[in-house]
Amino acid sequence: MNDTQETPVPILEMRGITKRFPGVLANDHVDLELYPGEVLALLGENGAGKSTLMNILVGLYRPDEGEIYVRGRRVEIHSPRDAAALGIGMVHQNFMLVPTMTVAENIILGLRDLPFVPDLAQVSQRIREISERYNLHVDPDAYIWQLSVGEQQRVEILKLIYRGAEILILDEPTAVLTPQEARELNKVIHMMTAEGKSAIFITHKMEEVMEFSDWVRVLRQGKLVAVKRTAETSPQELARLMVGREVLFRLERKPREPGDVVLELQDVHADDDKGLPALRGVSFTIREGEILGIAGVAGNGQRELAEVITGLRKVKAGHIFINGEEVTNKPPREIITHGVSHIPADRIGMGAVGNLPVADNLAMKGYRHEPLSSKLGILNPRRIIDFARRLIQTYRIATPTPQTRIKFLSGGNIQKAILAREINACKGLLVAVYPSRGLDVGATEAVRKRLLEQRDAGKAVLLISEDLEELLSVADRIAVLFEGQVMGIVKSDEADIELLGLMMAGIKDPAMLRM
Amino acid sequence: MIDLITSLLAITMRAGASLVYATVGEIYTERSGILNLGLEGMMLMGAVSSFAVAYYTGSLVLAVLMAMLVGGLLALTHAFLTVTMRANQVVSGLSITLFGSGLASFLGQRLGPAENSHYLVGLVGPKFTPIAVPGLSQLPLVGPIFNQDPLTYILYLLVPAAWFYLYKTRAGLELRAVGENPRTADAMGVDVVKVRYLYTTIGGMLTGLGGAHLSLAYTPGWSENITGGRGWIVIALVIFAMWNPARAVLGALLFGGINAVQFRLQAAGTNIPAAYLNMLPYLTTIVVLVAMTWWEALSKRIGAPAALGKPYMREEK
Repeated sequence: MNDTQETPVPILEMRGITKRFPGVLANDHVDLELYPGEVLALLGENGAGKSTLMNILVGLYRPDEGEIYVRGRRVEIHSPRDAAALGIGMVHQNFMLVPTMTVAENIILGLRDLPFVPDLAQVSQRIREISERYNLHVDPDAYIWQLSVGEQQRVEILKLIYRGAEILILDEPTAVLTPQEARELNKVIHMMTAEGKSAIFITHKMEEVMEFSDWVRVLRQGKLVAVKRTAETSPQELARLMVGREVLFRLERKPREPGDVVLELQDVHADDDKGLPALRGVSFTIREGEILGIAGVAGNGQRELAEVITGLRKVKAGHIFINGEEVTNKPPREIITHGVSHIPADRIGMGAVGNLPVADNLAMKGYRHEPLSSKLGILNPRRIIDFARRLIQTYRIATPTPQTRIKFLSGGNIQKAILAREINACKGLLVAVYPSRGLDVGATEAVRKRLLEQRDAGKAVLLISEDLEELLSVADRIAVLFEGQVMGIVKSDEADIELLGLMMAGIKDPAMLRM
Repeated sequence: MIDLITSLLAITMRAGASLVYATVGEIYTERSGILNLGLEGMMLMGAVSSFAVAYYTGSLVLAVLMAMLVGGLLALTHAFLTVTMRANQVVSGLSITLFGSGLASFLGQRLGPAENSHYLVGLVGPKFTPIAVPGLSQLPLVGPIFNQDPLTYILYLLVPAAWFYLYKTRAGLELRAVGENPRTADAMGVDVVKVRYLYTTIGGMLTGLGGAHLSLAYTPGWSENITGGRGWIVIALVIFAMWNPARAVLGALLFGGINAVQFRLQAAGTNIPAAYLNMLPYLTTIVVLVAMTWWEALSKRIGAPAALGKPYMREEK
């Protein structure tokens, strides 16, 4: 885009940025250059230091070493206010919005150049103008809690434009979008870069780098490992740079004829925590040796679905059967005895007890019976440790000792431990909710392999995921959930991403319902 | 009958004023995400210090300023402990109440003149007296509204102003955001620490002022435990008001009204033992808390500021 012969001035330059957290070197002398009108992709696995680097740029973290230049001038960014004054704005991965306030209130929050009693009607008017121009439709007077995740992201982008940001940072913005919405976002970003604004796009997906960016910088373990022009690289090369070795994209899924029905849902209805309908008549079956994937934008009933099946949430209407036996509204303990295992979305909160040793966490499902405890209910610590050692070895859980408190392990290893416990105890049905969320490529690969192993061993697996690639490679069939309803169920070998995207956006295809 | 209601309203308003001050104060504190359970201690300290100042200087203005200073200082301590030192807010608040109650009681026995064995109890000092608005105060039913002490008249301005400030101004927006989601507020350039210090201190000043109303207007003079647990009732009133300053009046009127009815019944020589009547405000507190919690669980979006009671640190992952 810029001819290096003319030595254009970068709008942003970071030199030798280093940031240490207790026990971690999050950024190790990282350099970054951004030119006007460009989109720079920042690629790296989770924990590679991308978000840390950007949080330094917006003033949320202070760097331990390094210099930042904006428009050629050395700057010190002490707070988000300083960053905003320099025209730097960020759309955070977890949106920075106050749910109990309106769109307009969120957009002007923290602005100083408004009268003490702001004229909200005027603010709304300006927001409407901007939405019109950039095709970012959202009602300025709506409350954030009323908006879908996609709309909330539009509010975040509007916020940056309203505040006159020249450098936009987007932290994994597509994670919450349907493929169509992602494409819309791409258009908006290009409209802005066409006006001379610049963007930094954080991602760990190679396809997005190829689609969105002009340049790409790859981070690995806090270090900058490569700077490439996007047009001159390939997803394969980027993946290798990001992980540090060759990565297999496709897993081997052997054709397999499914057996008897293990799980059956009949017209299941349930409410969410606020008492609003979250599941509205969900029906499907899963058979032995089959993985059913649940696709959909987060918040469309996925969590509630997993919870009704595992007995953690009340079913208001409808029936759930496991191996032909009705388990509707049975307590979780009883459902466990039916052979159901659960890998919850909230690893630390629900899946493990952070302050307990790895061994105790691994024993948490079998401790009630021999051999881990005696008939009288007294735990046998030696057997628990032996049991833990065996699982640690089989599942390659990286832990110093079985006695180490599990919260000190990495996210990937905590997940491996949960997986080990649940798979070990699984007798018929495995419910896995976002099992690879937040894991690096290596750990993700391990998780997916384990799920396929279970399928090949004749178990039924329900896999809830927000990653379509994952569903397409692991699941046998994919059901799309939208606002608590199944929009359609497709065989993953015949699935078309475009159609899945439409269903994720709430369009029901009658032709797809034949299965 | 009309006379009875008129007189009930008069007592209600006098009994409710101190509650309104403390409730509005605590609403502001809690809106910034800080729970201050030190209200009882701050009210007692406000009451004793303002009475002592009024007694010695004869100046009610100085007395009121002293109450605000003392309440503000105690609240500032709470802010330091919870915001800067990140102490547990419940523990810190309870310590403020224990410390404030004890110190107020001690001062009540030391600050008095030698001829009263250094006790403040039993002394008569200057007090706020009702000022009747000519004409309006003679109206049936609503007359008492226009026959109040100056501190209550100030409330007529304070409550709408507190509402307007919270919902219509930039600073109010920032305050609400800090209590709901400090990380977002921080990312938007709002100084979370400053906001929390500021409104915790303002809350303490208003609470101290509520205490001053007790010893300078409602029951002029100092007596042990002059607040009678009002600091605790206010915690419930904040919930009853759903963190909205305008609704603080409703709660205060409810509790003031219960007081008024109870006085009337006692004065009328009812058969109900006084101990039961005295229990009424506290029983009502429990009922209100249970009912509001139940109602909140049923309705959807109403509730405490989401970050209430949670410390915030920027670089915490």
